[in-house]
Amino acid sequence: MSEVILNIKNLHVSVEGTKIIKGVDLTIKSGEIHAIMGRNGAGKSTLAHVLMGHPAYEITQGEIQYRGKPIEEYEVFERARAGMFLSFQYPASIPGVQVGNFLKKSVNNVRNEKVKARDFRKELNAAMEKLDMDKGFLSRYVNDGFSGGEKKRLEILQMMLLKPTLALLDETDSGLDIDALRLVAKGITETAEETGFLVITHYQRLLELIKPDFVHAMIDGKFVKSGGPELALKLEDQGYDWLEA
Amino acid sequence: MNDEANNAVGDYQYGFHDPENATIRFDKGLSEQVVRDISNLKEEPEWMTEIRVKAYRHFVSRPMPDWGNCSMLESIKFDDVTYFLRSSKETANDWDDVPEDIKNTFNRLGIPEAEQKWLGGVTAQYESEAVYHSVREDLEEQGVIFLDMDSGLKEYPELVKQYFCSVIPYADNKFSALNTAVWSGGSFIYVPKGVHVEMPVQAYFRINAKNMGQFERTLIIADEGSSINYVEGCTAPTYSTDSLHSAVVELIAMEGAKIRYSTVQNWSANVYNLVTKRGIAHKNAVVEWVDGNIGSKLTMKYPSVILKGEGAHAEIISVAYAGAGQHQDAGAKVHHLAPNTTSNILSKSISKNGGRSSYRGLLKVNPKAHGCRSKVVCDALMLDADSRSDTYPTMEVSNSSADLEHEASVSKISGDQLFYLMSRGFSEEEAMGLIVNGFFEPFTRELPMEYAVELNKLLELEMEGAIG
Repeated sequence: MSEVILNIKNLHVSVEGTKIIKGVDLTIKSGEIHAIMGRNGAGKSTLAHVLMGHPAYEITQGEIQYRGKPIEEYEVFERARAGMFLSFQYPASIPGVQVGNFLKKSVNNVRNEKVKARDFRKELNAAMEKLDMDKGFLSRYVNDGFSGGEKKRLEILQMMLLKPTLALLDETDSGLDIDALRLVAKGITETAEETGFLVITHYQRLLELIKPDFVHAMIDGKFVKSGGPELALKLEDQGYDWLEA
Repeated sequence: MNDEANNAVGDYQYGFHDPENATIRFDKGLSEQVVRDISNLKEEPEWMTEIRVKAYRHFVSRPMPDWGNCSMLESIKFDDVTYFLRSSKETANDWDDVPEDIKNTFNRLGIPEAEQKWLGGVTAQYESEAVYHSVREDLEEQGVIFLDMDSGLKEYPELVKQYFCSVIPYADNKFSALNTAVWSGGSFIYVPKGVHVEMPVQAYFRINAKNMGQFERTLIIADEGSSINYVEGCTAPTYSTDSLHSAVVELIAMEGAKIRYSTVQNWSANVYNLVTKRGIAHKNAVVEWVDGNIGSKLTMKYPSVILKGEGAHAEIISVAYAGAGQHQDAGAKVHHLAPNTTSNILSKSISKNGGRSSYRGLLKVNPKAHGCRSKVVCDALMLDADSRSDTYPTMEVSNSSADLEHEASVSKISGDQLFYLMSRGFSEEEAMGLIVNGFFEPFTRELPMEYAVELNKLLELEMEGAIG
């Protein structure tokens, strides 16, 4: 039986006194892909950020369990070291810090050991090849002056190297052309069989490529309907109005 | 020797005849007699004694600068300073007296024990003499003169006389006057025409204490078409019980020559670091200052270049880190005296825990200097609201054909950057260390590798405990 990685019970979240998430329940087992769809402002990104431990979000009710333990007390970096990963919609740039150096340090952090330079190089080369990335990337500064597509590719590259237990993808597909989208999908399928995914998206087209096990429709801070891939098709087709009673 | 001089010499132990092994320590405080005694002890030529005395008189009569951090400057106790202390075997400090935090930093930087003791001022000489000698032999084969300043004066008095105070007159400022009066140590370098000193001349400084004095005096002359890359100082903390460090560095780049002078100073937090550095670039010559200020209580230092010949170029890259109780008042000055001269100034500063960093710059273009170009970029990074950063740029442009750019920015570490890095497993301190290292990267990449690595590590250590 596959392990329960994430268990969210009746989660309520506020930002500066405004309620954003109003009662979410979700269970993700290893190897499962869950997709969340919804309009802007429905609370999708908030969910991803609160899972990763962003300090601006306050849990007012409910609980998040990661691998059987409540995680509210854990800091962001502790969650990362425990195997959680967030692919950002808008990754921050870190001028002066080279991608190669950053990746190596991140891998060391998360694996909690010093990876041998040669082994790391091998892994890195293989992953970059799969994502069709040029070596020149490594000497550029993290996200500094990157195009939208380059940023997303770097996020996926990190995910492949960090091999998370739980990967949260916040609109990684937004603004990508079909070729880039294919690479993102490839990254997701190549990451690890045991990884559990929570994929936030507006669009059906990524879901065609990665075939989610579960799709959740989110409206006003709640999951109003959950189903299989067919739900994504219907949402794309008919929008969300039919779910609002 | 008269009685007065004897008193001034104080607790001398081993005699004067073998200065390499002698311990000579003057009492605290300064007088014209002390200045003359220093010169006599070194058996200097008369002209040097005269310059020292004139400089001393100027120092005494010259008021303190009325700009910069006046209250800090006023708190310097000149009578408490020992102006002459030279020896090779002398232990200036007891290892037990070196502050714990500095020892910890040595350990965390992985500095070998022998070098720790030297950096802590416990041993006057670091052990790798052999390295120093082999470097010197290589240079001698190319005809390069590379001596400590005292030996330079003994062996090449005419050359020293020609250039000493030629770039920075003793009366330039109060502290150049003080240095000229009491200087000891420093380097004297002459690179012959067309000779390129390929390796950075750096090992020297980590191993020879003579050059890390309080009042060192350095003179570098690069003859036509030659080049040299000189590295001074230490990224590791340098502990000094003496609270005043006032050096003078003069560079002369003849036609087509190139001099790069890199420094990272990390004096302990009790030190006033008041240094005058200036270079002259003749026709098509290049002078580059790479200048890092991490330590000290107050630093006032504005590396300058006088672009004297047509087509000369100046490059000044500096960083300053001001932590609790520190004021880094640093900057750059460029004088465009000749046509088609160019300059680039990049200054980056970080202020933390109430520290203050100031950029003070001067850019001057002469009426006859047509077709000059200059770019000045100042970036400040503030790590908290208690810290302070100021910019005092001065431009005096008397030629309308000049093409000048000035950019300045003040930034903070953003919450987005921290969250992003923490989501990749960096603790908050580690994330700040990475951001800070990235901010200094345009400077760090100009340093020799081992200096760069050490500086990065040091900044990471500085970021620990930064989070309230």
